[in-house]
Amino acid sequence: MFSIVRSMWITFMHMFHKRETVQYPEQKNKLTTRWRGRIVLTRDPDMGERCVGCYLCAAACPVDCISLQATEDEHGRRYPEFFRINFSRCIFCGYCEEACPTYAIQLIPDFEMAEYNRQNLVYEKKDLLIDGQGKYPGYNYYKVAGLAIGGKDKGEAQNESEPVDVKSLIP
Amino acid sequence: MDESTLNHLFIVGGVLAGLLIVAPGLIWLERRLLALWQDRYGPNRAGPFGVLIVLADTLKLFFKEDWIPPFADKAVFVMAPAIVMITVFLSFVIIPFAPGVIVANLNIGILFFLAMSSMGAYSIILGGWASNNKYALLGAMRGAAQMISYEVFMGLALMGTVLLAGSFSLVDIVEAQRGLWFVVPQFVGFVIFLIAGIAETHRLPFDIPEAESELIAGFHSEYSGMKFGMFFVGEYLGITLISSLTVCLFFGGWLGPAFLPPLVWFVLKTFAFICLFILLRASLPRPRYDQLMEFGWKILLPLTLINLMVTAGIVLMNESL
Repeated sequence: MFSIVRSMWITFMHMFHKRETVQYPEQKNKLTTRWRGRIVLTRDPDMGERCVGCYLCAAACPVDCISLQATEDEHGRRYPEFFRINFSRCIFCGYCEEACPTYAIQLIPDFEMAEYNRQNLVYEKKDLLIDGQGKYPGYNYYKVAGLAIGGKDKGEAQNESEPVDVKSLIP
Repeated sequence: MDESTLNHLFIVGGVLAGLLIVAPGLIWLERRLLALWQDRYGPNRAGPFGVLIVLADTLKLFFKEDWIPPFADKAVFVMAPAIVMITVFLSFVIIPFAPGVIVANLNIGILFFLAMSSMGAYSIILGGWASNNKYALLGAMRGAAQMISYEVFMGLALMGTVLLAGSFSLVDIVEAQRGLWFVVPQFVGFVIFLIAGIAETHRLPFDIPEAESELIAGFHSEYSGMKFGMFFVGEYLGITLISSLTVCLFFGGWLGPAFLPPLVWFVLKTFAFICLFILLRASLPRPRYDQLMEFGWKILLPLTLINLMVTAGIVLMNESL
């Protein structure tokens, strides 16, 4: 009997507590930078596309919402011909970001992507590509990779020494 | 039409209109108060303080598909929600809101109320039966058992005040409290009446016939649209009814210091009890069904009988002196 009155009193005193509600459209919660929201494709510091079309994100995606087609430009640099994410399927698991070897695909703290038309949730490459470097500023895949592309030969990458001439004995 | 008939019609219309405003208002009040006690805001978007949520709710209920399941007993299914409305509205006939503001000052006032609230049990049973659904039927069975058993000592708990006032008429009972509110000499009766009243309106924590977590929605699982709305309104009017009866029987009805008119005193006291009902819902868990019945028959019934006997003895003693 006493415990009933006590619990009623405690409930009553909750009247003077601080409200837990966040009045959403006016107030917004602060999202951390690691928050997994909308997926973007980032660019390297020279504003080139980071994505090299390796399909690892599409392979990692548990709901198969990523589809892309890789191609090469005249310098031998790979890039996606199209890159399509169906956000009506995406579960924002972030596996694509983990799989990406070039930090191209990234999840950013934005979730306000509601649409009236379901078809509008299919994002094409022009919708995904941003003019920024996302979470890894200064990273340029082709500058650190040992791959030779047009304008950069073997051994010219950062922290890379000249390739060893295996046909010569001179040190 | 002479003056008194017109006056009477005015009272009837006023009571009816007042109740029809109070019922949806309570929906808003309950949601806001529950939110308040759960550290939330509740509906606060539509209109000032979200009052218009009631309008939106009502419109929604009106325009919802009013579906009668093909397996239901149609006539009874349609009739059941009307019964709860009718009985609750009829019960308000005997409530004195202020001196002279009463629809009918029956000399058997309390008995009429008890009869009407027993009739209310029919709406639950018929609704659950007509739905032809096992959850609905389970809810209806529980509801019937609960209401019938709590009816017993609800009536018995009231007899204490009837003995003290010497009348079944609520006006006389209120007038008899001029010196001292009956909550003091009849405290046990008051507590028992309140508990039985909660069970009678099957409100939380005694919402066993509905019990969302066990029986989906109990007896009104199959109801939609305005038929469900009638159960809903009936429930809220039931809260108002029990609150105003508690005020009349134990808290001196319209009586109060003269700086406020009697009607305001009555409304204020009733409002306080409605808030108490909502607070109960916010704080207490639902007891198990057998615990509820055990509590009723093994604790409340003997307590009520003792209370009645002691009261009767004291009244007799005072008379013989």
